[in-house]
Amino acid sequence: MSTLTEAPPPLAPQAPASKPPKRRGRFTPYWLLLPGILWLVVFFALPMIYQASTSVQTGSLEQGYKVTWHFATYWEALSAYWPQFVRSVLYAGTATILCLLLGYPLAYLIAFRAGRWKNLIMILVIAPFFTSFLIRTLAWKTILADGGPVVGALNTLHVLDVTNWLGMTAGDRVLATPLAVVCGLTYNFLPFMILPLYTSLERIDGRLHEAAGDLYARPWTTFRRVTFPLSMPGVVSGTLLTFIPAAGDYVNADLLGSTDTRMVGNVIQTQFLRVLDYPTAAALSFILMAAILLMVTVYIRRSGTEDLV
Amino acid sequence: MTNQTGPGGDVRLTGIAKTYGAFTAVHPLDLTVPQGSFFALLGASGCGKTTTLRMIAGLEEPSAGTVHLGDQDVTALPPYKRPVNTVFQSYALFPHLDIFENVAFGLRRRGLKSVKKQVDEMLDLVQLGEQARKKPHQLSGGQQQRVAVARALINHPKVLLLDEPLGALDLKLRRQMQLELKRIQTEVGITFIHVTHDQEEAMTMADTVAVMNAGRVEQLGSPTDLYENPRTTFVANFLGTSNFIEAEVDSKSGEEIVLKAGGGKLVLPGARCSAPATAGGKVLVGVRPEKISLTHADDAGEIAEGRNRITGRIADSSFIGVSTQYVVDSPVCSDFEVYAQNIDRDPRLVPGAEVVLHWNPAHTFGLDAAQDADAGVEEAA
Repeated sequence: MSTLTEAPPPLAPQAPASKPPKRRGRFTPYWLLLPGILWLVVFFALPMIYQASTSVQTGSLEQGYKVTWHFATYWEALSAYWPQFVRSVLYAGTATILCLLLGYPLAYLIAFRAGRWKNLIMILVIAPFFTSFLIRTLAWKTILADGGPVVGALNTLHVLDVTNWLGMTAGDRVLATPLAVVCGLTYNFLPFMILPLYTSLERIDGRLHEAAGDLYARPWTTFRRVTFPLSMPGVVSGTLLTFIPAAGDYVNADLLGSTDTRMVGNVIQTQFLRVLDYPTAAALSFILMAAILLMVTVYIRRSGTEDLV
Repeated sequence: MTNQTGPGGDVRLTGIAKTYGAFTAVHPLDLTVPQGSFFALLGASGCGKTTTLRMIAGLEEPSAGTVHLGDQDVTALPPYKRPVNTVFQSYALFPHLDIFENVAFGLRRRGLKSVKKQVDEMLDLVQLGEQARKKPHQLSGGQQQRVAVARALINHPKVLLLDEPLGALDLKLRRQMQLELKRIQTEVGITFIHVTHDQEEAMTMADTVAVMNAGRVEQLGSPTDLYENPRTTFVANFLGTSNFIEAEVDSKSGEEIVLKAGGGKLVLPGARCSAPATAGGKVLVGVRPEKISLTHADDAGEIAEGRNRITGRIADSSFIGVSTQYVVDSPVCSDFEVYAQNIDRDPRLVPGAEVVLHWNPAHTFGLDAAQDADAGVEEAA
């Protein structure tokens, strides 16, 4: 690039001098994208295509499966397993709301009030990730064990009467009930709610709170009119990061629930690994994916966070 | 919450102080800001001016003392209950609300339902009627600044507090906004308390200026008074430039103090000397650079009698259009600054020339020699 270090002669044509750097840099972004694209193709696009083709196959394990464009599998899967779909959405939805209710105050505390304890609390939020997901879920079996202190306390406080009435628990048990599954989901996905909430709360300029106070807003009004609207990007990404994996989860329902609390994830797992009915399992996966995409799209449209970012 | 007319709307700070641990941001301070005045708190960063302002707004709790707005003691009131509004440094506009809603915020919080007329009028006052439905980030810095003013003023506060409101604007826009703010203040008649580190800004806009330094008010007065009669070297240096000569009091006759400096004598009006002038005592004699005339040493005889004069040699000169700034080396003061209007330029006045500096004794002021003659020079830069 000698042309850039020396003053060009006044009459030198402009075109050749400006062309080489352009040509050189043109493909750089694509080269940089290549590893990522390859990864996506091999580990995402190809399996998706394979699953899609599986979902329209017919046959049996002994004779092998063939693509017969048998779309009826979708309808059959949906009519057989719709209660599990509904349950998945209900459990994941409840867990997401609980995560938001538990996570928002904590994220608020970390962002605005924790002072020098900020890092410690952040570590405490992330610390459970150092243990296996399975171990943590199994621990809840002990926590919610029949006749244990938690169940005893809930019973004494008549919380179980309320949850029994709601159909979340049965009798004196918490384990093997919907409540146990929701507790497990809430616990396991709580950090995914707290972290984005914290990030968006932290970005809020503290002077906006002062300005609101200066303009006659009481602390609660300041929260409702200024803090909460400005934290909407965090609320949206937190709820998505909680709801989407929770809706497809099967570990919590498997370990903490019963046959009455099976979610769609459990059905897919059973169809794939036990019954070996691959077309039904693949069709269920696609229905779940489509349902979540639809709900997420509607949700993002309605929360209207585009111009906040 | 409406602007009351008549007396009793003054802002009174009584013994107000703020300490953070061992650090004292504001030393016990008494200050009265008369209703309807444009008051400036002027000082370098860290002098306690913003802390004082925030204590009036209720955003900072004073460690001692009280804040009165008129007859009401507001010391214990939270900000949202004080009839005071603030224009924040870098504005703090609500990014999720449009301009209209930003301006309407205070009215809505006080439960007003129909705000449209008031908001439209206020936006017209600050010439932003067209921008009502834009978001703050779509506006320029000057426009955002005007929104911040409108958002505060629409509530008709007893006092409007301005925390370095023009700091983020470029020079030209700042000049324009200074006039604009002054116009608005005259129009609405509300007390403005303006915090700034820009001495020119404070002098152009305010009726009364309080110069703060290290948590204390050094001097309070009208801009002219502060400039012409500084009582400390800090004020003399922070507001404009001053030349100081250390002199010894020779005699005191009636209204005049005669001083000895170098081999010569200087005359200082007794009323303009803030230091105790006893014969034999030291006094810092100050004079502003633009009050001094320069005459070539060869023409020394033509200088009128009765003027203070000292001799020196021009060390440096710079031509800046309307005036020429000279630095003169003199036996009594090494860097004497002189600003001469470019009316009749003497071609002999070049670096190296021997000159006589002379000025009307009435333009001399005397300060206590115990203080640092360079105090405030750094801060003003």
